[in-house]
Amino acid sequence: MTPFSFEWQWNIEYMIFFGLLYIALGIIGIGIIVTVIRTGLQALGFMRERHF
Amino acid sequence: MDSPLLPHGVKRCSTWAFFFWTLPWLALLAWGGLSAFLCLWKGLNQTNMSNVFAFALWIVFDLAVIALGAGAFFTGFLTYIMGQKELKNIIKPAVIIGFICYSGAMAMLGIDIGQPIRGWFIFWHANIHSMLVEVSFCITCYLMVLAIEFIPIILENRKLEEIKELRIFGHSLHEIMAVFAATGTFLSFFHQGSLGGMFGVMYARPFAAREGFYIWPWTFFLFVLSAIACGPCFTILCTKLTEFFSRKKLVPDSAIQLLAKISAWLLSLYMVLKIADYLGWMYGIIPRSGLTFESFFREGPYGVYLVVCEIIVCGILPAIILMVPKGRQNQGWLIIACLLNCTGIVLNRFLFIVVTLAIPVMPFDRFWGYLPTWQEWGIGFAVIGYGFLLFSAAYRYLPIFPKERELNPITE
Repeated sequence: MTPFSFEWQWNIEYMIFFGLLYIALGIIGIGIIVTVIRTGLQALGFMRERHF
Repeated sequence: MDSPLLPHGVKRCSTWAFFFWTLPWLALLAWGGLSAFLCLWKGLNQTNMSNVFAFALWIVFDLAVIALGAGAFFTGFLTYIMGQKELKNIIKPAVIIGFICYSGAMAMLGIDIGQPIRGWFIFWHANIHSMLVEVSFCITCYLMVLAIEFIPIILENRKLEEIKELRIFGHSLHEIMAVFAATGTFLSFFHQGSLGGMFGVMYARPFAAREGFYIWPWTFFLFVLSAIACGPCFTILCTKLTEFFSRKKLVPDSAIQLLAKISAWLLSLYMVLKIADYLGWMYGIIPRSGLTFESFFREGPYGVYLVVCEIIVCGILPAIILMVPKGRQNQGWLIIACLLNCTGIVLNRFLFIVVTLAIPVMPFDRFWGYLPTWQEWGIGFAVIGYGFLLFSAAYRYLPIFPKERELNPITE
């Protein structure tokens, strides 16, 4: 059992399935965190604001 | 009344005209709301679903809108990963259409599962060998990606852009959009595929069962290919519909033509593989199951005409129109081809869902008919109403077509 799966088993199938899920969620989460940090730095003047 | 919220330098209809435009879509939403309330309050006995038709109209709608919404991830992939800069002129409407399709499908699934309060079971007690679990995980994650892709578009609103922090946040999100586009492509590939794989592994139902590669039946790959072939066409259709109602040119022809050309090649490839799949199925799986192709259509209203319609009328014909430069450059033919392409994909999903379940499997089985109730139609049409409302609001208040000002200069 892990915090995210009651039926967790230590075998390759679970590791691939949940591994890929956590990679996707990790990218989404890290992406948002990086964006929030950059926003903070730019808003406070520590980084130059970029325009598109 | 709402003029401070409208984008700079573009013309929009009056607030009252916009209000009256939203009324039919609000009516559809109200019909859907009443249907949803009845289904949640009284249960799924409000539908004509049964132990035979556990998948019915809502799943046809779901699979159809998810395929049609594939334009979002595929256009994103072409724009941000493959570097097709021309498609930046159409990426925003594509993302909004994708968001509408996926959020609408998720809302519909919330009613379909009967007890939404237990919806989280599929995540908490994941059966990792189930294609449906993979679909649920990927669709949920992809909806998050679509929401993230939608945020910078919302933050471009004239009033919101005045807030410095929100403007910077939108620009920062935009800067790393390629990462989200790549994640969305990965997630979409697997859930579009698993939706097809789900039918291919139904070995007890020879109408849907297929052979394949490793754990993936051929339907896995065919569903991905069909989605990326029809998604861009649906984006073109929605853009053309917006141009028709706004009486403006919103997207340069070069972007539309590029998308139509890519769709043509993908649809042609899909048709070749689909015909090969049908032949392999007719001369392989069906005889081995002790059946014949004709035996599937002995009873009920479904006939070979559905397959002919799917392959020839809604497959080969639009592929030819889109493939010939003069065909896709003609506005009328382009719209007809896109309509046929999208209809073909809906028909394909209908065949895999409803016809598969209706056809008898055992010698003592009989043909099962199914007609949706008004509650089922109500929830299906509510997604259409929601789509029109959200897209109309997005068009009115957000600069979703970057070349709109250039293509429609305001002469005072």
